[in-house]
Amino acid sequence: MSSITYLEAIREAQYEALKENPNVFLYGQDIGTFGGAFKATKNLGREFPGRVFDAPISEDAMIGMAIGAAVEGARPIIEMQFADFSSVGFNQIVNQAATLYWRTNTPCPITIRLPSGGTAGSGPFHSQSMESIYAHYPGLVILTPATVEDAYWMLLDSVKLEDPVIFCEHKFLYYHLKADDFGQSMPIGKARIARPGRDATVVTYSAMLHESLRAAEELRLDGYEVEVVDLRSVKPMDTDTILASVARTGRLLVVGEAFPWGGVTSEVIARVASEAFHLLDAPPLRLNSKDTPIPYHPNLWKSHRPTTSSIAAELRKLLRY
Amino acid sequence: MPSAASKTSTTAEPLAEFREDFLKALRSMVLSRTLEEKLGSLYRAGGRIVGGVYLGRGQEAFSAASGIHLRWGKDVYGPLIRDQAGRIAYGEPVIDTLRTYLGTVTGPMRGRDGNIHRGQPKIGYMAMISHLGSLLSVVAGALFARRLQGRLGDTVGATSIGDGGTSTGAFHEGMNMAAVEKLPLVVSIANNQYAYSTPTARQYACENLVDRAAGYGVAGHCVDGTDLLECVKTFRAAYQQARAGEGPQIVVGRLLRLGGHGEHDDASYVPDLQKHTHEGRDCLAVAQRQAVEHGWLTEKDVLDMQQDAKREVEQAMGLVMKEPAPDPYRENWQALSTAWLVEGQEG
Repeated sequence: MSSITYLEAIREAQYEALKENPNVFLYGQDIGTFGGAFKATKNLGREFPGRVFDAPISEDAMIGMAIGAAVEGARPIIEMQFADFSSVGFNQIVNQAATLYWRTNTPCPITIRLPSGGTAGSGPFHSQSMESIYAHYPGLVILTPATVEDAYWMLLDSVKLEDPVIFCEHKFLYYHLKADDFGQSMPIGKARIARPGRDATVVTYSAMLHESLRAAEELRLDGYEVEVVDLRSVKPMDTDTILASVARTGRLLVVGEAFPWGGVTSEVIARVASEAFHLLDAPPLRLNSKDTPIPYHPNLWKSHRPTTSSIAAELRKLLRY
Repeated sequence: MPSAASKTSTTAEPLAEFREDFLKALRSMVLSRTLEEKLGSLYRAGGRIVGGVYLGRGQEAFSAASGIHLRWGKDVYGPLIRDQAGRIAYGEPVIDTLRTYLGTVTGPMRGRDGNIHRGQPKIGYMAMISHLGSLLSVVAGALFARRLQGRLGDTVGATSIGDGGTSTGAFHEGMNMAAVEKLPLVVSIANNQYAYSTPTARQYACENLVDRAAGYGVAGHCVDGTDLLECVKTFRAAYQQARAGEGPQIVVGRLLRLGGHGEHDDASYVPDLQKHTHEGRDCLAVAQRQAVEHGWLTEKDVLDMQQDAKREVEQAMGLVMKEPAPDPYRENWQALSTAWLVEGQEG
């Protein structure tokens, strides 16, 4: 009987981080008494008095404040209410936090939690996936946990890292995804073979892992064994695991929920095409959301993002080649 | 020697208590001006300095009068473009300025960043980025952490901005947050009349920038930024209040930037007439005159101070010229401090 949700894992990781290290504090909008828009910090303010702070609606100042605090030895965890709003703090993230170590030899250990990705009815400004944008900048670690175990262990690891971490937690998984326990931790920067196969490789991450696993299951009925690789961290990217999988299957589909122009899926394809062109038996494919803002109505939303059936369709195309 | 000969306002206040602050600030101003003149000639000569040179001429009194209240290694300082005098007053050695402008590996930025973008965050000396207003929340965050860790003590933080920088969202967000947290922070606003070339009439519509203090719920102070003695008095009060737990203090100094945005800019957009107004007078000349009039320095002392500054700058320059430039083949091209997370490196 699975009982721990992805969201609870995130809350528990923060509880552990606060318990383990007195320098950890939480800062974000409505995260104190209220426990956060998604209740990811429920009761933490009561359990750790003076360590969980409501922030003004000032994403820029929230990140700037975390940077200054980190320089002084604190370990701030910043909750953006929605990943989308991190665009207001973008400058502090990419120009202040990401450059600090390289410019001044001063590490910047901050963890920025981005409740990411689409859920039905959330519309253009509460649904975005920002991992590709941040991955473009040097000096940031970008994590995209797809499982309850990773949500827990990777968040704990983020707080221990000396570098700024953009922690992209997927809102769609908050309540849907459950596990019996937190399982084993796996190192950051290593991808995981979520499902072994021999006919094609799907490289994906975050909520798209689960859509891809379902698509792989669909293809099994057609007699294909599709391997699914969960990137876990998009930066650094575990190119070795990707290449090893492509060496086994000869076919590659990369699936991501972010917008299609550039980004994580393009990066995977570029690396495979330039480093392992000879391993490919078919042109590598990529599947992202549509190139429009994210729609509000569930009918539109479902066909805006990749789904089990659109992934399965791409896989059939890939396997037919 | 200071040549302008107008009278300083005589006052009944006892001034002796400001003597020490005044002279410390003045020494920083003289050293700053001397150093910046050197930077200006290096720029014009070409070859040694790559990139721009951004000087604080005309803003030294306002900057130094703040910097003298900051203790190197103890307080938190996030200076901005025209704070060379404040940086010196705070305790930064002039050689660090030269090393950063020349980009030598021995400097605090090791050639990775240049000119005014320098600091040592580990000791509370924040290195500005170019995005105006964004340093305010960083300085506030450092104070916030110290308070959280129970080691705030009598620590104070300070940062600076110009009239143009007050228009940014980052400035507003940071100011509001610092006010909400009631942090011991002194924010200097050098209203130097131009943001690059844009005059204040195109920058803000309030009567005086200090009016904004009320909106943030913080104390506001106004001062004639060309008058060192007045700046010393005002900043002393502001720092006392900040240290006494009265929350952030905004200090607005009215002055004129006596030069371009950088040395590449001839500032032809500043009307001649404005240069001859009160705000256009040279704060250094005014301060040197004040020192003599109050009997704190003789004219010879003033000359000696200038000579000492010249010697110090020349000595530092002599050293820096021999220091190595960065070598791209030996550079550690690694943006993360966690080596095993850098792609292409093994754990």
